[in-house]
Amino acid sequence: MADTALHTEHHTSTGLSNVKLGMWLFLGSECLLFGGLISTYMLYRGRVGEGPTPSQVFDIPFTSVSSFVLLMSSLTMVLAVSAANQKDDRGTTLWLTITALLGATFVGGQVYEFTAFYNEGLGFTTSLFASSFYVLTGFHGVHVTVGIIMLMSLVGILKRSKVPGSKSETVEMIGLYWHFVDVVWIVIFTLIYLIPV
Amino acid sequence: MAIIERPATDTPAVVAPTVPSAAYGALKRPVSTTSTWRSWLFTVDHKKLGLMYGAVALFFFIVGGLEAVLIRLQLAAPDGKVLNADLYNQMFTMHATTMVFLFVMPMASAFANYFLPLQIGARDVAFPRINAFGFWAFLFGGIFINMSWFLGGAADGGWFMYAPNSGPIFSPSNGIDFWVLGLQITGIASLTGAVNLIVTVLNMRAPGMSLMRMPIFTWMVTVVQFLLLFAMPVITVALFLLMFQRNFDATFFDVAAGADPLLWQHLFWIFGHPEVYILILPSFGIISEVLPVFSRKPLFGYPFVVFSGAAIGFVGWGVWAHHMFASGLGPVSVAVFSVATMAIAVPTGVKVVNWTMTMWGGKLQFTVAMKFAIGLVVLFTIGGLSGVTHSVAPSDTQQTDTYYIVAHFHYVLFGGAILGLFSGFYYWWPKMFGKMLSERIGNWNFWWMVVGMNMTFGPMHILGLQGQPRRMYVWTEARAGEGFFNLGFWNLIASIGSIILTIGVLFFLINIFVTARSKKQAPLDPWDARSLEWMTSNPPKEHNFDSLPTVGHLDEFFHRKYQEDENGQMQRVKSAEEVLKELEDNADAHIHMPSPSYWPIVLALGLPVIGFGIIYSIPLALLGGAIVLFGCYGWALEPSTATEDEIDPPSGGQSQEVVKVG
Amino acid sequence: MDRDLYPHLPHSGVTMTTEQTHEEATHQHGMSNAGYVKIALILAAITALEVSTYYIDFGPFFMPSLMIMMVVKFVMVVSYFMHLKFDNKIFSWLFYAGLFLAIGVYVAFLSTFKFFIA
Repeated sequence: MADTALHTEHHTSTGLSNVKLGMWLFLGSECLLFGGLISTYMLYRGRVGEGPTPSQVFDIPFTSVSSFVLLMSSLTMVLAVSAANQKDDRGTTLWLTITALLGATFVGGQVYEFTAFYNEGLGFTTSLFASSFYVLTGFHGVHVTVGIIMLMSLVGILKRSKVPGSKSETVEMIGLYWHFVDVVWIVIFTLIYLIPV
Repeated sequence: MAIIERPATDTPAVVAPTVPSAAYGALKRPVSTTSTWRSWLFTVDHKKLGLMYGAVALFFFIVGGLEAVLIRLQLAAPDGKVLNADLYNQMFTMHATTMVFLFVMPMASAFANYFLPLQIGARDVAFPRINAFGFWAFLFGGIFINMSWFLGGAADGGWFMYAPNSGPIFSPSNGIDFWVLGLQITGIASLTGAVNLIVTVLNMRAPGMSLMRMPIFTWMVTVVQFLLLFAMPVITVALFLLMFQRNFDATFFDVAAGADPLLWQHLFWIFGHPEVYILILPSFGIISEVLPVFSRKPLFGYPFVVFSGAAIGFVGWGVWAHHMFASGLGPVSVAVFSVATMAIAVPTGVKVVNWTMTMWGGKLQFTVAMKFAIGLVVLFTIGGLSGVTHSVAPSDTQQTDTYYIVAHFHYVLFGGAILGLFSGFYYWWPKMFGKMLSERIGNWNFWWMVVGMNMTFGPMHILGLQGQPRRMYVWTEARAGEGFFNLGFWNLIASIGSIILTIGVLFFLINIFVTARSKKQAPLDPWDARSLEWMTSNPPKEHNFDSLPTVGHLDEFFHRKYQEDENGQMQRVKSAEEVLKELEDNADAHIHMPSPSYWPIVLALGLPVIGFGIIYSIPLALLGGAIVLFGCYGWALEPSTATEDEIDPPSGGQSQEVVKVG
Repeated sequence: MDRDLYPHLPHSGVTMTTEQTHEEATHQHGMSNAGYVKIALILAAITALEVSTYYIDFGPFFMPSLMIMMVVKFVMVVSYFMHLKFDNKIFSWLFYAGLFLAIGVYVAFLSTFKFFIA
């Protein structure tokens, strides 16, 4: 009497996947985390002490390109999920790798940007604006980095076909995380960079 | 697969396989064992985890209680010499921290972990390994915070840790660093637990168990998980900012650099107010189970109790600045938060009405569990009334930072949350341990605790209005005021009360000890209860239910035992044993249970190492990070041995071992 | 739940399977790869428009248009890339509950500092 249900079925009360529900709950809680960091920045953005002001250090063209890169990584991520749903292992691996590369480009851009700011006199402890800026963007950058590690780990695991559980779901879950990190940047880019103090 | 035969009724209990599952490289799974220490260290069973949460929480209750007794000894007489000012600061900080984060929250987790899956007719939670990780993270976090006692002094800024007082200038020892990092670690446990239990409640209910057929305890725990999910990140932000200030020279709370101390207060209390509802709602849930059982009546107004719980959870987000009325917010903010705070009394009042109406006209049985439950209704109401007086901002301006506030929150927390937990102990002990706690000793436990509690905290209302401030390490005769019933008198009464309270708690420990030594077994359903957790053996089998029940009613278990006759009277048609036998006779042939795992404890171990690293040496933090990373990879790669399609969730990439019934 | 052991129970209503929800979803699964690229191009265009506020004086429309563009991008990524528009409403409720709670609480927080008063 083998149970012949499909591999994609989840026998749950809602019919929804445990992991997917869990991921959306986690993302809901992350809104409170980033909201707190953004609010701290908003409170302190005008408190520049003796150090440089936002308009003195921000390089909008550069950050715009970075933002565009991260945005495009969301596209490649969704293409990876699409490939995974179609059981296209090569396509999945390809798009996951490109996503990770775009993400790494973004992080590289952040590192370059922070180095430039530091050289212009904006250290972590220079002023309240500085500290809250670096903490907010730093937390975001760490989230992106964790995402890149997950993407590359997934590529590695896929290559050896040793994913416990459903492959396409795993890709989709990492995709949700990745898009969320992108969406946070959409907010940060607008509120922090584009709205002058 | 072979043809499944119905097991004979005298077959032995389920035995898990003893062969280690397939290895991935060098990473073997631990073997499922029965009662060695390994079976506890690597368990993912929600019941074992619940027991461990409970044992550790009880230990910290004693620690926090001793901290309180030291405070009361210091304040019993003028010019106390028991604690100097510095130690006193550490004592009240750690007393509160321990009680809130290391006793009440984990004890509620203990009950939730043990009973929520049983109450919804599930075999475990959605993510058993994450559940295990949460416990170990809590344990290591709690130990980590308390190591500060031996490493230069404990945190001394009050449990609310107001900045800049909590900054490196005013608090140079490492105590607050241990506090900050330790709470981050326990906070991860709370957050992951929240995701876990919400998914469990949404996805793992037995057939027919709609949301409005779930027991109230499950409902209240679910609301709490949502509160944790959204509140923990806020204190996470606050703790990070404080950590950056203390350890990396940031100036987030440095007034000279232009910082605003209110930033800390807001962030802390945006977390802190939902936190107090996190503390009380599980106990509300417990007594919502206990009162109906010992009134021989269903809960009055079930939907109202559900919705008022959700309303408390929701409105609780809008009141946090009532902790800041005297901080200089300005009249508009104060007025808004004052009105919001008054509003929140309403859903709580709804609950009190429903509990009272449950008892009204019922055939009351004054077991110890029932006494504790009634105690909650009475004492929490008293605490709630003083709370209402705080909501009136002008009078709170006098009350704030005095012992009147201390009285309020001890009535709601001790008289409310803790009495509720004790009700849970006495109610659920037979199910967990197969033995009933002694009612005789239990009565001593109850009365000494209640008398002691009222004697300790009742006078604090008066002390507060007489002007005794909080966090004052000593009082003198000169400051004690005139007359016989002055600060001195009431402080002495309160201190004597605390000793009586301590003896009350001692009776509980004696009860545990005596019960453990007793040979008397408890029946399956000693209280003639109503919900599914009682439809199990004593204690429940590892897989909880031989067959998952199909639920047709609220209070399903009750309805299996009782049917309405022609006259509309409830008549007993089956005993608990007969109901259980029905499940056993229909036992599932193949039950898939999640396997034990090393990774939760390994991952959890990395966290305090990171903590030590941040305090003492960054390379150590990197080592901790490496352990965490190693744990993550091991966990993610843990091999799957069972087929993908599972009869019972949890699904989603976990190893499962087949457990044969019969 | 094993349908062989519980044949008397209806196949829907008591428990659901993603098989069913997937079927419902596939009908609305309108997003092909081309569709995703289109969304990405729209997002890129809006980003360009946002950046243009740095160079062009939008006058009194500056704040409103920037905020609207930010929200539109946010909702588009969440609805299409994260598939929320096509998925079960529970996911939307859970996520937006967190989002609106965050907005509510933090706007109130900043208001106490008179942040929104010019």
